[in-house]
Amino acid sequence: MKNVWITLRTSAILFVMCCVLYQLVITGIARVVMPHQAAGSLIYNSNHDVIGSELIGQSFTDPHYFQGRVSSVEYNANGSGSPNYAPSNPELIKRIEESVVTWQKQNPSVPVASLPVDLITNSGSGLDPDITPQAAAAQIPRISKLTGLSAEQLESIVSNNTTPAQLGIFGEPAVNVLKLNLAVQQLRAQS
Amino acid sequence: MSILPYIGIVVTLIIVILLARPMGSYIARAFDYTPGRLDRWFGPLEKGIYRIGGIRQDNQTWKQYAAAVLISNSILILIVYLIFRLQDKLPLNPADIGAMSPDLAFNTAVSFMTNTNLQHYSGESGLSLFSQMTAIVFMMFVSPATGIAVAIAFIRGLAGKPLGNFFVDLTRALTRILLPIATVAAIILIGLGVPQTLQTGVTAQTLEGAQQQIATGPMGTFLAIKELGNNGGGFMGANSAHPFENPGGVSNMLQIMMMMLVPVSLPFTYGKMVGNRKQGRVLFVSMMMMFIVMLSVSLFSEHQGNPLIQQAGIQQGTGSMEGKEVRIGVEQSSFYSVVTTASETGAVNTMHDTLTPIAGMVAIGNMMLNTVFGGSGVGILNVLMYAIIAVFLSGLMVGRTPEFLGRKIEGKEMKLIAVTLLIQPLLILAPTAIALMTYPNTISNPGYHGLTQVLYEFTSAAANNGSGFEGLSDNTIFWNVSTGAVMFIARYFSMVTLLAVAGSLLMKKPVPETSGTLRTDQPLFGVVFVVAVVIVGALTFFPALVLGPIAEQLTL
Repeated sequence: MKNVWITLRTSAILFVMCCVLYQLVITGIARVVMPHQAAGSLIYNSNHDVIGSELIGQSFTDPHYFQGRVSSVEYNANGSGSPNYAPSNPELIKRIEESVVTWQKQNPSVPVASLPVDLITNSGSGLDPDITPQAAAAQIPRISKLTGLSAEQLESIVSNNTTPAQLGIFGEPAVNVLKLNLAVQQLRAQS
Repeated sequence: MSILPYIGIVVTLIIVILLARPMGSYIARAFDYTPGRLDRWFGPLEKGIYRIGGIRQDNQTWKQYAAAVLISNSILILIVYLIFRLQDKLPLNPADIGAMSPDLAFNTAVSFMTNTNLQHYSGESGLSLFSQMTAIVFMMFVSPATGIAVAIAFIRGLAGKPLGNFFVDLTRALTRILLPIATVAAIILIGLGVPQTLQTGVTAQTLEGAQQQIATGPMGTFLAIKELGNNGGGFMGANSAHPFENPGGVSNMLQIMMMMLVPVSLPFTYGKMVGNRKQGRVLFVSMMMMFIVMLSVSLFSEHQGNPLIQQAGIQQGTGSMEGKEVRIGVEQSSFYSVVTTASETGAVNTMHDTLTPIAGMVAIGNMMLNTVFGGSGVGILNVLMYAIIAVFLSGLMVGRTPEFLGRKIEGKEMKLIAVTLLIQPLLILAPTAIALMTYPNTISNPGYHGLTQVLYEFTSAAANNGSGFEGLSDNTIFWNVSTGAVMFIARYFSMVTLLAVAGSLLMKKPVPETSGTLRTDQPLFGVVFVVAVVIVGALTFFPALVLGPIAEQLTL
């Protein structure tokens, strides 16, 4: 019984430290010092409406835009996850073959052999904001043809929106698809 | 294939190795009851906690210590269970999330108290903000603190000192180790892009004119203790694959370091506390060797990619990308999967179900061995158990009474250890067999991989790891109750038996070291230790692995 009483009293004070103080104080600090990150790295349009987050991918089905990775949750960021297909699961190969057919239809000038694997695989979160630089490059011929933007213009916005591996050695170079498409939208509005 | 991600891995490991010894000494000093410099810093706060908590700072016997662990943890499980059951009626529920079912609430409460963090719910839709910020975060602090406390008590016993007081050790683990480091880490992680807000979501107008709901929350503080405490439960369903929970390469590296920090330091803590630093180093080096072998195998397998995708005419220059994130990449995902299973954290930045079969086997193998560093506190506990087994086996071979740290290892201790050793395969293999016979419909991937899914779930529960092959439909009464029971028994059974071993060794008179004594601080002992781990592990689990991942690999 002594232990029960000590547990309850100790838990109360530890709860105040670990839950109340720890979380609320840091939330306060974050709000003042790093409001952009703390709120979820949101992107606003000129009317101050939220149009997305730098960190969260969006669904792009329109072939005029660069497309992101396969997402079983369809980029609904109220959830997250993947279908968890094992390497040996026939459903995985079926889905990949379907993606390849769609790719060939939309990108007739780019051979399947140079289709980057990240475009036809489901990301872990289903919300991957990025594609590889190769995956962006492979979509340039299609977008150029559909939008009338030159390949050079598109190459330049791709390289502007490519971030290298952090500190050079942690992670991989990545192209943020939402930011890239915002640039596409801007170029199209100008021309 | 670029060499840069490998440099990233080597740099991370070097930093971890350099931190291990000073951190190990710090932990030893933090739990030293003789007054020292640290008391000036933390003493006043801790005295306040002892007064409010009614903690008398007296030494406990092993039975009193074990009782304090069991009673306190059970009470917290009960309180947290009630929070989950009533979360729809409690405040701070802006997303209007309903109450958890009784079996899921039981599973989740046990899961977080036992440092497992197996999650049969998805954070975005399963828990209210109140549950996340109170029940989950509180458990994430208290459960690693409990593990560290028990490990320290066990080491005190080996060193021939009184075991200490559980509530004092629990408090010190929080005030001196977990809270300060988590505070700093949380602020850094938020700076790197992890959200920290009391708003649970925003709605965005997408470029294509659709509405996108984006879940957010106080994730920075959550993430810091999730990794540092080897908890591993995600705020979001996708865990650290979620871009909010792991925004980039640096946050990924920091998470890996935080997962490894306490487990790699404890061998040095042990060495310092028992006054035999060389032995701590021998254990550390042995585990690091096993870790590097595991990591190499996993990296090799992930680099090969999936042969079936190759056959579809796709170039997999980057390796296996299904279930992985672009910004993190194949190498850092593979590295993370090895670290999270070695340190029994259970956080994932890639979906383990989608790992190539051999990389999946490395993950499951780490949990089966449970001695490649292991979790907060309980890792070193398990490692020392295997060290005693190694001494015992060596003693049998040369026909001498085995001794560990100058104390005779006799029948009573070996019986306790043998039971502890046997309970783990029993907790994994027996329920796996039952599940395969009774609920094969919960398996999502066909073929050999399906067996691995079930095996992985119970291995993860028994190792108190918490990662999963998440394709499994595990939010059912069977899975919630069975894994809940496995987690509970696995956690507390070994704690109690090993505290009993410590209590028993403590009573023995030290025997003087002679020329015939097996030296446990030499590289040769490291080899014996590794052989003991591998033989016991391999003999027990090899058949199951052949039927699961190995068969899958061979038939791809």
